[in-house]
Amino acid sequence: MNVDMSPFALSVQLAAMTLSVLLVIGLPLAWWLSMTKSPYKPVIEAINALPLVLPPTVLGFYLLVFLGPQGWAGRMWVSVFGHPLTFTFTGLVVASCIYSLPFVVQPLQGAFERLDRRTVEASLTLGAGWPRTFVRVILPQVRHGLLTACVLGFAHTIGEFGVVLMVGGNIPGETQVLSIAIYEHVEALDYAAAGSLSLMLVVLSFLGLLPLYTNSRKRRRLLREVAP
Amino acid sequence: MIKQAFTAERLFFVWIAMAFLLSWSGSADAANISRIRVAVASNFIAPLKEIAKAFEDATGTRVLVSVGSTGKLYAQIKNGAPFDVFLAANAREPKRLAAEGLGVARTRFTYARGRLALWCRTAHSSQQARACLNGQSARLAIANPRLAPYGQAARHALTALQPSARVVMGENISQAFQLVWSGNVPLGFVALSQLKKRMDIAGAYWMVPARLHNPIDQQAILLSRAAGNDDAQAFLTYLRGDQARGVIEGYGYDVPVSQQMARVQ
Repeated sequence: MNVDMSPFALSVQLAAMTLSVLLVIGLPLAWWLSMTKSPYKPVIEAINALPLVLPPTVLGFYLLVFLGPQGWAGRMWVSVFGHPLTFTFTGLVVASCIYSLPFVVQPLQGAFERLDRRTVEASLTLGAGWPRTFVRVILPQVRHGLLTACVLGFAHTIGEFGVVLMVGGNIPGETQVLSIAIYEHVEALDYAAAGSLSLMLVVLSFLGLLPLYTNSRKRRRLLREVAP
Repeated sequence: MIKQAFTAERLFFVWIAMAFLLSWSGSADAANISRIRVAVASNFIAPLKEIAKAFEDATGTRVLVSVGSTGKLYAQIKNGAPFDVFLAANAREPKRLAAEGLGVARTRFTYARGRLALWCRTAHSSQQARACLNGQSARLAIANPRLAPYGQAARHALTALQPSARVVMGENISQAFQLVWSGNVPLGFVALSQLKKRMDIAGAYWMVPARLHNPIDQQAILLSRAAGNDDAQAFLTYLRGDQARGVIEGYGYDVPVSQQMARVQ
């Protein structure tokens, strides 16, 4: 098969990087949202959900302007790092983080809200520190939410198109991810190449989504057994 | 319950690990060779890839091709995209870039002149394809005249021909082609270049006389960030050369005479 594999590699690397960054940002944010009584909570929640509303190409266009050398975020980036953020892999990671943020934060927030707080308080009063409490008490309870957040964040980044097309500029080997390579083949009327890449994407996504649903089916069955 | 969650997580991480392994096996790429970045309007991608291949073989310079619509590529260039050469589907955007100082004005030239074709899936000859235009209740695919140069040309041709067919609009000329190719619309105005060198074209097409629409001048320009880039200059010179010209004409484009004059100079 004479198909260039670099878009595939870029997609996987982009999704992994994005997910790592989003977990670092998303875990504290989701924790705060689930615990806070701040009057600003709905405002932050609404802002967090905004990437769901804007059409990706529109969001991509504004990110292009905002992160570009003329935008203020882009100017700041250039003054610190000396080169522009747009049309680089790093730029794609930043844009993807904004685009996929709600897909990571919302499942986590839900899981933290369902958390039995008494167990956390008990752990803390019995002398375990925050790190130990997090790993031994909180993490086991939010497993499913965390897994959902990981799979959705990863899958959503793999499938993203409009944002990366605008911010990335479709540069082979640098910003040409799988979805864009497929689009390019379709635009170039090369339907055979588009077909084989799409097949790869579908198989990969199916394998990635499978654990999520294996998990929830088992969870539902368990719930039925516990409370028929 | 935790045990089950573990299996699901393990599956997910096995999947990520597998994807990573696959991705590294595929990402080998040589560094340290000179390369240029060409942004090209989607209708010209097939001939460009052929030309770029020949140029790579002749000079050893790698050509990285980025495809998009002329309007999107223009927006990206304005926002700092690292392209060296821009091959647009029209003359307007290259002119604008030259006026805005983002393109080198003296390097702007028409590398190809697009021709419009009326493609009818049920026709067996050029005359029949022309007659499809007045078939009962037929639908006709064109590119959006507001967005695409070929759509504008199709609009001109429609005004001249006064067909009875109802118009369906694709975002660009590739979508117009897809509508007909997939059999959703029986006929459409497409670029002649899209029909050339394809084995899977059902029916027949009629070449729309060039006098029925404004010329679709596709212009190239060297972008200012590459003003001192000899490889990018060399590529533009190659694009004007006889070999490239042969490829461009082979795809059904006209190459204007003024370009030959430029070559002689």
